Amino acid sequence: MHDIRRRNLVWIVLGLLSLILSGCDFAAHQSTLDPLGPVAKVQYDILIFTTILSLIVCVGVGVALYIAVTRFRRRAGDTSVPDQGHGNPVLEVSLILLSTILTIIVAIPAVKANFEVGKRLSPSPEGNEVVINVTGYQWWWAFEYPGSGITTANEIHVPKDRKIIFNLKSADVLHSFWIPKIGGKTDLIPNQENQMWFDTEGVPPGVYYGQCAELCLGAHAYMRMRVVVDDEAAYESWIASFQNEQSKSLNATVSTSSDPLVEQGKLLFKQKGCAACHAVGGYSVGQIDKPNLTNFGLRTSVAAGVLDMSQENLEAWLRDPQAVKPTNRMPTLWTADDPNRDAEVTAIATFLRSLGVETSPQAMIGGDHGN
Amino acid sequence: MAISRQPSSPASQIGLIRRPTWTGLLSWLTTIDHKKLGILYLVSGFFFLAVGTVESTLIRLQLIAPNMKLLNPDLYNQMFTAHGVTMVFLAIMPIGIGLGNYLVPLMIGARDLAFPRLNAFGYWIYLFGGLIFLSSWFLGGAPDVGWFAYSPLTSLSNNPGHGTDFYMVALFIGGIGTLVTAMNIIVTIINMRAPGMKLMRMPMFVWMIFVTMFLIVFAFPPLTIALFQVIMDRSFGTHFYDPAFGALPILWQHLFWVFGHPEVYIIILPAFGAVSEIIPTFSSKPLSGYPVMVLSGIFIGFMGFAVWAHHMFSTGMGLIANTAFSLTTIIIGIPTGAKIFNWILTMWGGKIRFTTAMLFAIAFLITFTMGGVTGIMLALPPFDLQATDSYFVVAHFHYVMGGGALLAFFGAIYYWFPKFTGRMLSERVGKWVFFFIGGGLHTIFLPQHFVGLMGMPRRTQTYFDGYGFNMLNLVSTLGVFMALIGAIMFTMNFFYSLRKGEKAGNDPWDARTLEWSISSPPPEHDFDDLPHVTGIDAFWLQKHPEFDHSDPAEKTAMAKEAQDADKHGIHIPGQSWYPLVASLGLFIGGYAVIYHNWLLATLCFFLIVASSYGWAFEGVGGKHIHAKGHHS
Repeated sequence: MHDIRRRNLVWIVLGLLSLILSGCDFAAHQSTLDPLGPVAKVQYDILIFTTILSLIVCVGVGVALYIAVTRFRRRAGDTSVPDQGHGNPVLEVSLILLSTILTIIVAIPAVKANFEVGKRLSPSPEGNEVVINVTGYQWWWAFEYPGSGITTANEIHVPKDRKIIFNLKSADVLHSFWIPKIGGKTDLIPNQENQMWFDTEGVPPGVYYGQCAELCLGAHAYMRMRVVVDDEAAYESWIASFQNEQSKSLNATVSTSSDPLVEQGKLLFKQKGCAACHAVGGYSVGQIDKPNLTNFGLRTSVAAGVLDMSQENLEAWLRDPQAVKPTNRMPTLWTADDPNRDAEVTAIATFLRSLGVETSPQAMIGGDHGN
Repeated sequence: MAISRQPSSPASQIGLIRRPTWTGLLSWLTTIDHKKLGILYLVSGFFFLAVGTVESTLIRLQLIAPNMKLLNPDLYNQMFTAHGVTMVFLAIMPIGIGLGNYLVPLMIGARDLAFPRLNAFGYWIYLFGGLIFLSSWFLGGAPDVGWFAYSPLTSLSNNPGHGTDFYMVALFIGGIGTLVTAMNIIVTIINMRAPGMKLMRMPMFVWMIFVTMFLIVFAFPPLTIALFQVIMDRSFGTHFYDPAFGALPILWQHLFWVFGHPEVYIIILPAFGAVSEIIPTFSSKPLSGYPVMVLSGIFIGFMGFAVWAHHMFSTGMGLIANTAFSLTTIIIGIPTGAKIFNWILTMWGGKIRFTTAMLFAIAFLITFTMGGVTGIMLALPPFDLQATDSYFVVAHFHYVMGGGALLAFFGAIYYWFPKFTGRMLSERVGKWVFFFIGGGLHTIFLPQHFVGLMGMPRRTQTYFDGYGFNMLNLVSTLGVFMALIGAIMFTMNFFYSLRKGEKAGNDPWDARTLEWSISSPPPEHDFDDLPHVTGIDAFWLQKHPEFDHSDPAEKTAMAKEAQDADKHGIHIPGQSWYPLVASLGLFIGGYAVIYHNWLLATLCFFLIVASSYGWAFEGVGGKHIHAKGHHS
């Protein structure tokens, strides 16, 4: 290829690359390139710092190569033997020194950052931190707030401007807890309790997305979660609404609704067997290793973050769980030709969406002011 | 210094089966010739490379758009597991070993490896391990636990199918083959160098293979132990990795990566070696900084054992362990940087010819540098905790393995194909192959850096709309088609050149090392006369005595040593059935273990023992030939 054509190729490649990258939304749901909160920002700073150094190294190597291959190409007909030098020890040693210096330049801020965000955090005596116990299951997350005595699944609320400590355990295989915008990830490992923490200082209230990052077979790609950052008052009311529901005795009926569909769904929830697995505060005990549905109506998502919460999406999930989240373990309760299917699905979905909404409307979040 | 082979009496055959003397197709089953075995390694390696490419194409098609339904989650998990295992263990590593097998004796002026039958045994075990793994697709499904098979995914309760057994047994068996070959090549390099071939005169490729083989010897035992534990767990109900009995699954990760990180260097060092031969030849200059290149290779190999836990920053090892492994890892940047400088300095002041092999070597340089710097980034725990298990890691190690090792090996094939076959690959087609494969690899993997930083975890069967992943995944998948065009052109060129390629002659590239001093393809006995080595780039010094500044007395002594070595003619050992039969015992025995058929397993054990006896007592056999210039 001629030089001109080769130079054009470089511009075409660079142009295409910038076109593709300009079409990307670098602030999208799970982007580490839009860091919020001190932990993610420290992690991001290391990325930017090392990316700049990396580009310098790559461009340096590229330019040196370019000069070498253009200056020292063998012209047609040239059969001479070039100088057979075995290298220049002085140059050699200075280049090695240079890369040693580069290594040290990388190491210092990285070690500093590591000591800043990589340390284990003990709750302070004042108890300003929120502690959340996380248990990974195939393919959903159980969350327990030991300080408040409440339990939920797949979606948590945390207050802004606080440190949040996660105690991570796994009930079956490996998982990894990852909320890219607020902090990195840490694995959930059987017979091992790991800790991860992040800081919501300066994180605007809203919904933040996360996902399991360690292969857990089957529906791994569908094992997601959401973190809702609240201001202090909304967080307190969210906690209170859970405490209220989960302290109720089972016989105390959940709010009697004026909507007959809710009442019908409530009955079906037991008749169809949902209650055998799923706990609903004040209504069913369920099982500890199945998702707790207390205040389900306050959630922004269905099926561990797979779908956004809506009547339609929830019905789709209940009607055919395998279609929404392949290989998951929720049973399909209706056959396709069951004449009652649609009506029953609608009723149960309506019931579930009512949970928590009427008792604590102030804890309801819009679900659309998320990031 | 060279070992002179003991002269043997051809009549000393006391084995049950006479040592065969096949020619033609059957000879490939009984051969013990390092050149034929090298070719077998390379052909098998490229066969598995094709298999792995088909698997990766299906993976990329599934990810071409959000919510695709081409592969369901279980099949997807099998696909990327099979892709990883096939590429790492069955394709790229064997291509490196195959090149070593073929080239090391030729480069050090030996006539075969130290233990030719063991060499055949190593190859057959590797092939059978690979076939066991491949057959899992047809026997109930491939393993679905990822190429590093983290516990407790592999436990019987989490994974009741046979897929995991195929993984464990195939790697166990393949590992034996790799180990014996490594020891064989180590003994060869230490003992069988031609007169004057001092360690510090060996071609850089030989040095890198030498280091690689030590890495294999030290790295495979921990893997073998871990595999054995899981096989015991699954076959006999032991509890090495059963959390229900208090086991700590993290043990597997440590054992695996104590093997797994050196494995990366087992793959890349032969690639370094190949590039270190290609660049000097086409720059018409000696490799710059030879001692630094040797020492940095050794240093990389050594440090390879001190960095394993950088794969595990997110497992909660704690601040101090994370910091320590981070620092040991970035130190590897120094010797690696030294290598890159020296490759560029080799070109500097040379007269560069842009053959296809040279283009691949240059592309290797820049691509490997890119993979290297992202490696340093990932070695920093604060960033790693975001990037690990995301597509950023996928991009990083494909830049090292695909963009690095594979580009170098394509260069190696273009460079040594004339020596292997006596014919040239087409340089015109080669440049298009280079354009499509090099361009394709970058198109596939460059976008994956960004999609990883945007939060896409690896090993996820699909992704959703609205996360900003769509465009980058689409581009990545389109790159696959580009690379496939290159792969198809290469394959066609390969088969065409095999029959109709231009005749190569002994030394088509004006090369520098001893393999080019003999005919293409080399004769069965490799060298008519053992070469005398007077410096680095021995063949170049033969062609250009004006650059040979060695001591004339040394030359005279070497000439005598070489003459003595061949006094009785050249002994060509006979072929043998036993390596194949013994490895068949492991092959069938592997299935017996997978399916818990202990009677069959016992029979296979006895087959292995019996064939080992036959092997030991079959006698020397073979023949003596008298090449030109020899009188006995």
